Amino acid sequence: MSSMSTPGSSEATPVVLPVSQAVLWLAGTTILALALYYFIGVDQGAVSVFGRDMHVHEFVHDARHFLGFPCH
Amino acid sequence: MEKRLILRGVLAGALAGLLAFVFARIFAEPQIGRAIDYENGRDAAQAALDKAAGLPVDPAGPDLFSRTVQADVGIGVGLILFGVAMGAIFAVVYTVCLGRVGNLRPRTLALLVAGGGFLGFSLVPFLKYPANPPAIGHEETIRARTGLYLIMVVCSITLLALAVWCGQRLKERFGTWNATLLAGAAFAVAIGVVIALLPPLGHLAANREHYGDHATETPLPLTDPHGRIVYPGFPADVLFQFRLYSVAAQLLMWSAIGLVFAPLAERVLHPAPAVRAAPAPRADPMGV
Repeated sequence: MSSMSTPGSSEATPVVLPVSQAVLWLAGTTILALALYYFIGVDQGAVSVFGRDMHVHEFVHDARHFLGFPCH
Repeated sequence: MEKRLILRGVLAGALAGLLAFVFARIFAEPQIGRAIDYENGRDAAQAALDKAAGLPVDPAGPDLFSRTVQADVGIGVGLILFGVAMGAIFAVVYTVCLGRVGNLRPRTLALLVAGGGFLGFSLVPFLKYPANPPAIGHEETIRARTGLYLIMVVCSITLLALAVWCGQRLKERFGTWNATLLAGAAFAVAIGVVIALLPPLGHLAANREHYGDHATETPLPLTDPHGRIVYPGFPADVLFQFRLYSVAAQLLMWSAIGLVFAPLAERVLHPAPAVRAAPAPRADPMGV
């Protein structure tokens, strides 16, 4: 925490990032994050990109249950 | 700017996932172990009943990973990667919200976005389809259950975003306080309708056919052909503890994401206060 007295209202809402310029990074990050979400939570359960293999499912099995995803 | 925010979101997420793993290893794993013991005992009782009735007994599938690996490594990797994914999405939402949701400090916005993540990704879907330990959940309904759960996640996130958008629109007419209350009430009503419309898991066609009319898939007592109970239903205390810890871990994870990200974001958005303070700092007795 800064020990300087920071002016209240001028601290607020400092930056509006132009989403149009950042869109590649934002969209790319979102897609990668959703892919991760899918592999931890869903893959090799209801649908599977690795066919009938169950290694991902069994490895993160406890996390999947604990995070609230449906599991067998 | 957005790259630095995303990097910090991912870092905060990884740390939050690590915390959730420590929590899970201490509190959740004993309950998961009890649930698996119950499942094994029940399978053995079922096999004995089937054998007595002359039915073929399914051999258990091979274990790809030992329980030790699942409980010590797998859950850790799963939770940390989940934290990374949530931290990344958190940072994206934070970046988009910056300067677009009213007069908020960077730190306050971080806590609000984290609160929204907890509600949208975790708590609200949990209200309809709570987390289940091993032994609960029929294999033949995994598709339907996953679909319903994801519908619930998408609905809660979408409606939450809509509520924030409505709140922003209403702010000018009703003021921030009342606009927030109105948007919150609208969210509660809308998600309430979704919760009321989606079917309970026990009412899925496959479950009705095989197990009768029950609200959930939680195993009931196992009975022999004469109706005598030969194996008890799923222990209620284990189920409660598991679900409590599941919510607690999510709360811990989202709190950690918000609290770790907040000061990092402030430093990105207000770099080097000395430089800014140089041209005549204003006297502000109310400043933090």
